Amino acid sequence: MKTGIYLCQCGGNISNTVDLNSVTEHIKKNDENILVKINSHMCSGAGQKLIIDDIKKNGLEKVVVASCSPHFHEKTFRSTLKKAGLNPYVLEIANLREHCSWIHKDIPEIATEKAKDIVDAALAKAELNYPLEEKKMQLGNEILVIGGGIAGIQTSLDLADSGKKVTLVEKLPTIGGNMAILTKTFPTEDCAACILSPKMAAILDHPNITLYTNSEIEDIVGHRLHFEARVKKHPRYIKDTVNMDLCLSCNKCTEVCPVTQPNYWEQGIINREAIYIPAPHAIPFKYLIDAENCLHFRDNSCKKCAEVCPQNVIDFEQKEEIINVAVDSVVVATGYDIFDAREKSVFGYGKYENVVTAMEMERIVDHIVEAEPPRKVGKRVAFVQCVGSRDEQVGNEYCSRVCCMYSVKLASLLKQAKPETDIYIFYTDLRAFGKGYEEYYKRSQKMGIKFIRGKPSHFTEDKETKQVIITVEDTLSRNIIETEFDLVVLANGLVLSKSSDIVADSLKLAKSDDGFFKEAHPKYKPVDTLVEGVFLAGTAQGPKDIPDTVAQASAAAARVIATLAQKEVPLDPILAFVHQEICDGCEKCLEMCPPKAISMNADGKAAVNEALCLGCGSCIESCPIEALDLNYYTNKQLYAEIEAVLKFKKENEKRILVFADDNTTYRLIDACGVRKMKYTDCIRVLRIPSGSRVTPNLLQFAFAKGADAVFIGDSPEKSSRFEWANNVTNKNLEVVKKKLKELNIESERLVFSQFTAADMMKFITEIDQLADKIDKMDPITDELKKQLLPNKEIKE
Amino acid sequence: MKIPYFPGCTLKTTAQNFEMSAIESAKKIGIEFIELPRWNCCGVVASLTSDDLMRHLAPVRNFLRVQEMNKQGLVENENRLLTLCSMCYNTLSLSNLRMKNDADDLQKINDFMHKEEENYDGNIEVVHFLSILEEMGFDKLAQKITKPLKDLKVASYYGCMLLRPKEVGIDDAEAPTILENFVKSLKAETVDWDAGSRCCGSYHTVNNVEIVYTLVKGIILDARKNGAEAIITSCPLCAFNLDVRQSEIKKDNPDFQTIPIFYFTQLMGIALGLNKEALGLEFNKIDAEDILKKKKLIK
Amino acid sequence: MAQIIKLKDKNTDFLEKITELSGEQITLCEQCGTCSAGCPFVSEMDINPSQIMRLVMLGQESVMDSKTMWLCASCFTCTVRCPRKLDLSKVSEALRQVKLRGAIDEIDIKEISDEEALKLPTIAVVGSFRKFTG
Repeated sequence: MKTGIYLCQCGGNISNTVDLNSVTEHIKKNDENILVKINSHMCSGAGQKLIIDDIKKNGLEKVVVASCSPHFHEKTFRSTLKKAGLNPYVLEIANLREHCSWIHKDIPEIATEKAKDIVDAALAKAELNYPLEEKKMQLGNEILVIGGGIAGIQTSLDLADSGKKVTLVEKLPTIGGNMAILTKTFPTEDCAACILSPKMAAILDHPNITLYTNSEIEDIVGHRLHFEARVKKHPRYIKDTVNMDLCLSCNKCTEVCPVTQPNYWEQGIINREAIYIPAPHAIPFKYLIDAENCLHFRDNSCKKCAEVCPQNVIDFEQKEEIINVAVDSVVVATGYDIFDAREKSVFGYGKYENVVTAMEMERIVDHIVEAEPPRKVGKRVAFVQCVGSRDEQVGNEYCSRVCCMYSVKLASLLKQAKPETDIYIFYTDLRAFGKGYEEYYKRSQKMGIKFIRGKPSHFTEDKETKQVIITVEDTLSRNIIETEFDLVVLANGLVLSKSSDIVADSLKLAKSDDGFFKEAHPKYKPVDTLVEGVFLAGTAQGPKDIPDTVAQASAAAARVIATLAQKEVPLDPILAFVHQEICDGCEKCLEMCPPKAISMNADGKAAVNEALCLGCGSCIESCPIEALDLNYYTNKQLYAEIEAVLKFKKENEKRILVFADDNTTYRLIDACGVRKMKYTDCIRVLRIPSGSRVTPNLLQFAFAKGADAVFIGDSPEKSSRFEWANNVTNKNLEVVKKKLKELNIESERLVFSQFTAADMMKFITEIDQLADKIDKMDPITDELKKQLLPNKEIKE
Repeated sequence: MKIPYFPGCTLKTTAQNFEMSAIESAKKIGIEFIELPRWNCCGVVASLTSDDLMRHLAPVRNFLRVQEMNKQGLVENENRLLTLCSMCYNTLSLSNLRMKNDADDLQKINDFMHKEEENYDGNIEVVHFLSILEEMGFDKLAQKITKPLKDLKVASYYGCMLLRPKEVGIDDAEAPTILENFVKSLKAETVDWDAGSRCCGSYHTVNNVEIVYTLVKGIILDARKNGAEAIITSCPLCAFNLDVRQSEIKKDNPDFQTIPIFYFTQLMGIALGLNKEALGLEFNKIDAEDILKKKKLIK
Repeated sequence: MAQIIKLKDKNTDFLEKITELSGEQITLCEQCGTCSAGCPFVSEMDINPSQIMRLVMLGQESVMDSKTMWLCASCFTCTVRCPRKLDLSKVSEALRQVKLRGAIDEIDIKEISDEEALKLPTIAVVGSFRKFTG
C-alpha cells in the first residue's frame, strides 16, 4: 500500500509560518515509504497534475493533501483522484492553513509542531480510508398528493396526465375540499360544483391515480426525494363498492336511519342521517356511517339500515386499514380552515343565532331561491370583513385575500335573488386585486349594496327579535352606527388547516409567521419547500383564490415533473452501515434513528436504508458491540486519528481535543482562521458529522491517549440538520462524566457547546477558558489513563 | 392559608362592608388575610405615559412590605399580594408588570428608594381574591355553602379593571366567566347580559356626574331587562356609582326601578351562613336586605 | 367648509412628541374605527377617538382643545380591541399630560361641594386628581 502526502505552501500562507521541511523530515522519520512532496499551490493545475502523475506512475493508493480547509478544496482534490482512476474517498485533507498557520502566525515553531500532529492524524486516517461507492438513487414515478381540494385535484390530474403515478389522500369522505361547499365563484358567478365536478370525476377515472378518501396521513419519513408514508384509511362500514356493483344507492338506508346530524357539506343548515352520502357531487359517490353518532356504535340499539339494505352491504365490523406508500415526491395541498369566529367573542358567533360564518352563508345563498329555503335571511343583512384576519388581537396579522371578494359575491348573489334585501358591507380596506375583481366590486355597488368603512367594535342581540345589533363607526362620516340586522355574516379569514400539522411535523416543513407553510424562496421557488422533493400547492402555502390556487397547483406538478426528470440522483456515501458479521440482531439501534433509516433485514440483522439515512452517526452509540458504523468516520478511523494526533504530545504540554461538527463548528474554526484570530495553540481539531458521533468509548479513548480536555462543538438543536443529535451527545457526555467522577478526574475537562455560524468569539472565549482551566489542573496520571481505556479490544 | 393583604384606602372608608364581608367569608373557607403592616396608597389609577416612573414608586413600596412580611415570618414563603379592590388590583398589577419587564426601570426605582432596607426583587405576584377562589376551585366553595342562594338572579358586573388591559386581566377580556362561576357556586342564578364589562363612568363621578348617570342608567336597564335581581361587583368605585348614583337617579325619577348592588363577598357571606351584621349590608345605599328577605336568605 | 392645512415639520414634531410620551406608534393606526365604536363615552365626545389618532398623525395641535382626552377614563375597551394592538388609553394620557404639565388643571377642588366630598369614595377623588391635575 502506498501513500502520498502533498504539503502545500499556499503561496506562503502556510509555509511562511509552518516549516514544511521539518514536517517532511517528521513524516519520513516515522515511515520512510511515504511519498512526500512540497508544492506552492496544490489546487493549481500543476499541483493537481503532480498528484495524477504520482498515482499513475507510482501507484499511489492513498492521498493526503495538507493545505487549506476541506471546505475549500476537498471537492477539487476528490475529482483529481477520480481523474487518475482512484476512488475519491481515499483522499484525506490536513487543514494546515485555517486551523494552524493563520492562527499561530506569531509562533512558527509551535505551529510547525501542531502541523505535524495534524498531518499525522490525516495520514493515520488515510491509511484506513477505503473506496466508497457513489451510489445513485433511482427516481421513480410515484407521487403522494396530500389533500383532495381543488389544489390537490389539479396537481394530481396534471401529474397523472404526464404519466406519473399519483396517490391522493383526502381526510374527508369526498374530495372537493372547501370549493365543494361554495355556491358560486367570483367574479364570474359560475357554479362552483359545476366547474369542480368534472375534475373530481376525472380523479376517480384516471388510471394513474389511486384515491384514498376518509383517510389520514399517520406518518411520513424521508428527507430527500424518497418518502415513505403511512396512510390510515378509516372504515366506511360499507362493503367495498368500487365498481358500484354492490350498493345500488337506493337510499333505503338513510330513509330508516333515526339519527340527524348537521351536514358539513351544507355547513349545518341542512341535516343528514348517520348513514349518508356527503353531497350530491361527492366523489366517490358512496355511503358511509358516521360511527360517532350511529346508534349501533353508541349502544348497539339500532341496525335498521342493515335490515333494509337489499344488497347486504352494510358491515359494522369493518376496521381501519393501514396502507404504506413509498414515493419519490410529495405535494402538500392540505389547504385551509376558516378562522374559528368563537375566538372573536365580541361578535357572539355560536351565541347569537343570526350571526353566521361566510361559509354558512355560501349554503344559505345556494338554497335561497328555493320555495322553502332551509334558512331565511330577513330584510337587512350585514357582512363584517376581516374577522380573524388583520387582527393582532387574535394573533393574525395577515390579510386573507379572498374575503373581500367572497363577501361581494355573496352579497351580489343575495341581492340578485332577493332584491328587496338591504345589504351592508362593513370593511376596513376593500381589496379587489384580481382580474375582473374591481369591475365586480363596482357592479355590486351599482346594485345598491352599501359599503361602509368601519370595523364593528361589538355586537349585541335583541333577545326578543333575535336581531343582531352592530355598533360601528362610519369612519368616513365619523358617525357611530348602532343598528339591528336580521342576519350578520362574518367574513372569516383563513388559517392553515389543522390536519396539516401531522404533515408539517413528519416532513419538518417550516412555517412562515402567518402560520402557513413556508416556500423555499418567496420569489423564485414559490412552490418548493426546503425539503427536496416536497412541494406546496394551494392555500396550505397562504390564502389565495381559486385561479391562484389552480395556477400554483399546476406549478407544483411541473416542479415535480422537472425534479423527477433527473431520473437518478447521487447519494452521499457517507452514511451509516452495519458490519453484518458482528450484528447480533438486538434491535437496540432501531429506536435510535429518528429518520427511521434502520430496519431489520431478512437475516434478522440491522440494515440501513441509504435513501433515508442522513449520516449523523447518532445511532452508533446505541450498538453495544460496535456493529454499527459510519462510512468515512468509522470507529477504527476515529480511534486511529485520536491516537495519531496525540502521539507526539510532550510531557509538559497540554492538549484539548476538539470534535467539531462538519456543518457548523468546523466551519466556524475555519472562519477564525480566515479572520486571523488567535486562540490557544494546545487544541487539535478533528472533523465529525455531528457531536453525537463521538461515542463514550471514543471520548474515554481520547483521555486515555493523553487529551487533557475534550471539547465537542455542534449546532443548536433548532438549526441542526439532525435535531435529535444533541440529545445523544448529552447522553454520551453523561456516561463519560460519570466515569471521570468515579476516577476522581475533573469532569469539567469534558465540554459540549453549541454554536451558530457567527459565534467565532464565543468559540475562542470558551476554548481559551478551557485551556486556562486545564493549565491549573494536575495532569491525568498514567494509571488513570489506563483505567479510562474502553473495555473493548480496539481492533488494529 | 395566610396571605398578605393590601386593603387600599376605600376599604377603610366608604367600602368597609366590602372588607368586613371579605375577611369574614375568607375565614369561613380557611383563608386568613394578613394586612400589610405599613401600606400606602397604590395611586388608584395606573399611570400610562412612558416617562412617569415616579408614579410607580407607591406600588413598589407595597411590594417591599410583602418581602418584609416573609422575612419577619408573618407569612410563610408567600410571594402573592392579595387585593379586593379592582382598582388597586389593576394599578398594582400594571406597575408590577412594568417592573418585571424592564430591569432598568426596576433598578432606577430601587436606587431611588435607597432608604428602604432592601430592593424589590420583582418576584411578587399581585392577585385578586376572585382568582384565589378560582384556584381553590369553585366546586370546593360550593361544598362549603350552607345557605344556597336559590332563585336569586345575580348579574355579574366586572367593570373595567378586573379584565383590561389583557396583560393583567383575571379572565378573558371579552368573554369572562369567573364571576358567573362564582355565582353558580353560591347556587344563585346567573344573568346573561351585555353590560357586565361596560364602564360605569369611574372617577368622572367627581366632576361630571351626568355622564355617570347616563352610563349607570344603561347598565341598570340592561340588568333589569335581563331579569337581574341583584348586581355584584368587586370595585368600590363601581359600587359607589352603581349604588349611590343609582339612588340619586331614583330620587329624580321615582318610576325608576332600582336593583341592589352587592360586593360579591357579601353574597358569599350570606351563602356561607354569616349573619347580616358581619356583612355590613346597612352600608349599601339601595336597600340590599329587601331582596334577601324576599328570598328567605335573611330575616 | 373644508379647512386647508399645510403639513410642516412642526406637525411631525407634535406627532413625535405624542408618540414618545405615549409609547404608541400612532402611524400604525389604520382608521378602522373599532375604538370609536366601542368607546362608552363616544356620544359625549366632540372628536371621536379614531379621529384623534388621525389628527395627531397629521400633527394637528387643535386636538388639545378637544374634550375627548378628558372624557377617556382609561377603561381600556379600545385597548383590548384595536386590531393593530395600539393602546389609545396611553395616547389620551399623553395628550392630557401635555396640557397638565403646562400647569393647567382640568378640575378645581373648590368646586366640589362639602356634601359630595363627604360622600365620594377616596379612589374617586384621588383618581380624578391624578387624571385632571398636574
